[in-house]
Amino acid sequence: MDLIAELEAEQVAALGKSIPDFKAGDTVRVGYKVTEGTRTRVQNYEGVCIARKNGEGIAGSFTVRKISFGEGVERVFPLHSTNIDSITVVRRGRVRRAKLYYLRSRRGKSARIAEDSAYKPKSEA
Amino acid sequence: MLRSGVIAKKVGMTRLFMDDGKQVPVTVLQLDKLQVVAQRTPERDGYAAVQLGAGAARAKRTSQAMRGHFAAAKVEPKRKIAEFRVDPENLIEVGEEITANHYFEGQFVDVSGTSIGKGFAGAMKRHNFRGLRASHGVSISHRSHGSTGQCQDPGRVFKGKKMAGQMGAVRVTTQNLQVVRTDADRGLIMVKGAVPGSKGGWVTINDAVKKPMPDNVILPAALKSDAAAAAQAAEEAAEAAAAEAEAAAAGAAEAEQAALEAAEAKAKLDKVAEAEAAEAGTAKSNEAERKDGEE
Repeated sequence: MDLIAELEAEQVAALGKSIPDFKAGDTVRVGYKVTEGTRTRVQNYEGVCIARKNGEGIAGSFTVRKISFGEGVERVFPLHSTNIDSITVVRRGRVRRAKLYYLRSRRGKSARIAEDSAYKPKSEA
Repeated sequence: MLRSGVIAKKVGMTRLFMDDGKQVPVTVLQLDKLQVVAQRTPERDGYAAVQLGAGAARAKRTSQAMRGHFAAAKVEPKRKIAEFRVDPENLIEVGEEITANHYFEGQFVDVSGTSIGKGFAGAMKRHNFRGLRASHGVSISHRSHGSTGQCQDPGRVFKGKKMAGQMGAVRVTTQNLQVVRTDADRGLIMVKGAVPGSKGGWVTINDAVKKPMPDNVILPAALKSDAAAAAQAAEEAAEAAAAEAEAAAAGAAEAEQAALEAAEAKAKLDKVAEAEAAEAGTAKSNEAERKDGEE
């Protein structure tokens, strides 16, 4: 392992985040820490994960899309951000693509994602 | 206040997550067997500087002259050598090894290195020229630089005119980079942002020239021998403290022992006294009995 990979692995271990197994198409709820003045609270942001990028490492991130007041909103979260309080998977979706950018041009019925009822958790290797 | 810089190897870039939720892009720089190879003194050379060497070179691959130079300093052959001007009072002994805590977290540094070569590049890529139009009569010169000057007067192209040519592979200094983290055990210095050169390239780090010199920098340098001495001193102090604690414990034990002995002695005395008293009592009663009999 080269030094950079070593440092990144160390940092992932030090941050100690428990990241659930989720992929594009899943509906996730992200608890994001928001600081207002002096106090900090956790804000929930729920939507469809439309992309996972740069793997599980320190550089990993994911994009969550939701329709807020009739307007599509996308937020990109770093996977290991210290501002993320929790990530919970609300619903498993069945999709055939890794990046669901096609959802951006769709509204309503056609933007639905079928539920993956036969979801098998990744075996802990 | 001018002190030595360091030679480092660019390892690569990564990111750090801070406690306040910010992520910082950092370049990881590594010090590799960084030792002082020679000194330049005002008496001999007319200026004060230290010559540092970094990395490991095979002796077989090192020229005879350089082998002699390294042998004189009693150091292993080095891969990279650089000189750093210092104040005469900040000269470092030959053979001393510099550690990564030479810089503290939050300090600003300048990093110099050889930038990545781009080859012979046109004016658009090299100097961000706009090029010529896509249409309106422009013929096969859409990426050219256009005019390079005036007419018969001056009748020449001025020196330094921005034109196509070699791009990159020159010495570049990036100023005022902040040190985010240091790791003396592995010899790592992490600075915020990018540093010239490719991965595995050599760079030199100096205290930022455009910032006031911080007060808490280590003068003349953070040396391995100093760290070793400090570690030894700490160990000795710990040992002394341990010895003191032991002595105190021993003293306490002794006092306890003495107290025990005293208590025992007292108990013995009490017993003796008791026995005497009892004896006296029996004697008295015997006497009384005798008296009774006589009556």
